[in-house]
Amino acid sequence: MTSLHAGAPGQDAGDGPVVGILALQGDFREHARVLDGLGARVRLVRRPEDLDGIGGIVLPGGESSVMDKLARTFGLFEPLRERLRAGLPAYGTCAGLILLADEIEDGIAGQQTFGGLDVVVRRNAFGAQNQSFETDLDIPELGETPVHAVFIRGPVVESVGPDARVLAALDDGRVVAVEQGNLLGTAFHPEITGEHRFHEYFLDTVRAAA
Amino acid sequence: MSTAETGSNRVKRGLAEMLKGGVIMDVVTPEQARIAEDAGAVAVMALERVPADIRSQGGVARMSDPDLIDAIKAEVSIPVMAKARIGHFVEAQVLEALDVDYIDESEVLSPADYVNHIDKWKFTTPFVCGATNLGEALRRINEGAAMIRSKGEAGTGDVSEATKHIRKISSEINVLRSMTKDELYVAAKELQAPYELVAEIAETGKLPVVLFVAGGVATPADAAMMMQLGADGVFVGSGIFKSGNPADRAAAIVKATTFYDDAKIVADVSRGLGEAMVGINVADLAAPHRLAERGW
Repeated sequence: MTSLHAGAPGQDAGDGPVVGILALQGDFREHARVLDGLGARVRLVRRPEDLDGIGGIVLPGGESSVMDKLARTFGLFEPLRERLRAGLPAYGTCAGLILLADEIEDGIAGQQTFGGLDVVVRRNAFGAQNQSFETDLDIPELGETPVHAVFIRGPVVESVGPDARVLAALDDGRVVAVEQGNLLGTAFHPEITGEHRFHEYFLDTVRAAA
Repeated sequence: MSTAETGSNRVKRGLAEMLKGGVIMDVVTPEQARIAEDAGAVAVMALERVPADIRSQGGVARMSDPDLIDAIKAEVSIPVMAKARIGHFVEAQVLEALDVDYIDESEVLSPADYVNHIDKWKFTTPFVCGATNLGEALRRINEGAAMIRSKGEAGTGDVSEATKHIRKISSEINVLRSMTKDELYVAAKELQAPYELVAEIAETGKLPVVLFVAGGVATPADAAMMMQLGADGVFVGSGIFKSGNPADRAAAIVKATTFYDDAKIVADVSRGLGEAMVGINVADLAAPHRLAERGW
């Protein structure tokens, strides 16, 4: 009955690391396809019990305010926040970066984040969809080939605290990728461009934390 | 670093990818937009009249007043979509100038051109278009649509046409998947769609753009059913603000869309929502009043 849904991978098959993907809303299937292709065992996470046994979690692109609201309504917010605090590796793209930020600007009234990244992130920082864009970014940590980055009503990192490290910035200096400990966040969407290096980088973190 | 490129196919289709698993709600005032955002809408459609009122009041339905669109954009931070009449490329130019996030070239408004749809490739703003079958969806994609919604029958609260259209698109895709290459040439001719798109779908088993369902969704169970039938998300038009308790119904439809395969949750969120929109049975609508038949 779900033939129109883009091929969701078989869950928990194989012997790679078990990686959860927050699947309340957004482009979680695109992340699932990338992670599946890299040999991870993918688990879609919508309920607190889905967190059991995962070695890391991806927070996908989508609408951050909706994911926040649903996570709180269905009792997922606190357990996930606790696991992130206890060191669960996480990678957030776009809305996922917002959810990992300690502080946000231009959120909707009452919007909360899991936090963990010592940064301030501004939601919809580039404006309306007409200002959405794609470009190449130099990210030495990922090798010489530039990363092709797609920004869709994306956020930017407005300020970076002492505990977080900048991985990528636009020509004008605005920060668009950061990491801190086991947490990684990008304002853009490698999952929709065939760029796998961020996911590989994240899976290395997951394996190291296991 | 290379220069930034706006309005690319990837950027336009990409926004629809981010809306997946979500609910897009019709709103006619900033206050309704606020209720929609608070309830968990992923986007709102800014309109002067919801389809149920267009249907009951009659007359020519056109693009909304720019002041209304601006007021709704100022009220919420989620994406704001707005409708242009089929073929009315100047309404679309105006909506692009207003910086809306998506333009819906919509059969709910009165068509402005009974031959041509808008050449959507010319725009930076992405378009969503309605379709009742696969051929229609592919013709719209060929014209540059970055997202498709099955049409259903807007403003009725009767989900039967939405069911018919999503099932039709789904089964036509399944038929393509089983065809050999020589059969695909004939299929393309019969679907009145470009061969390249037809061959791509035969290979991937899905549209190259996101597919939402619209037209007649009025309850959490309606939304969950559309998701189980393979929709990437749902539009809810008259179903929310023509009901007894819009805020609770909107939130319930959002939850049912996420947990579409969990009947216990759909049951829970369906409790105590008050009156659903009264609705009209599509079977009782004379053919000239069926909006889904606009567009070709």
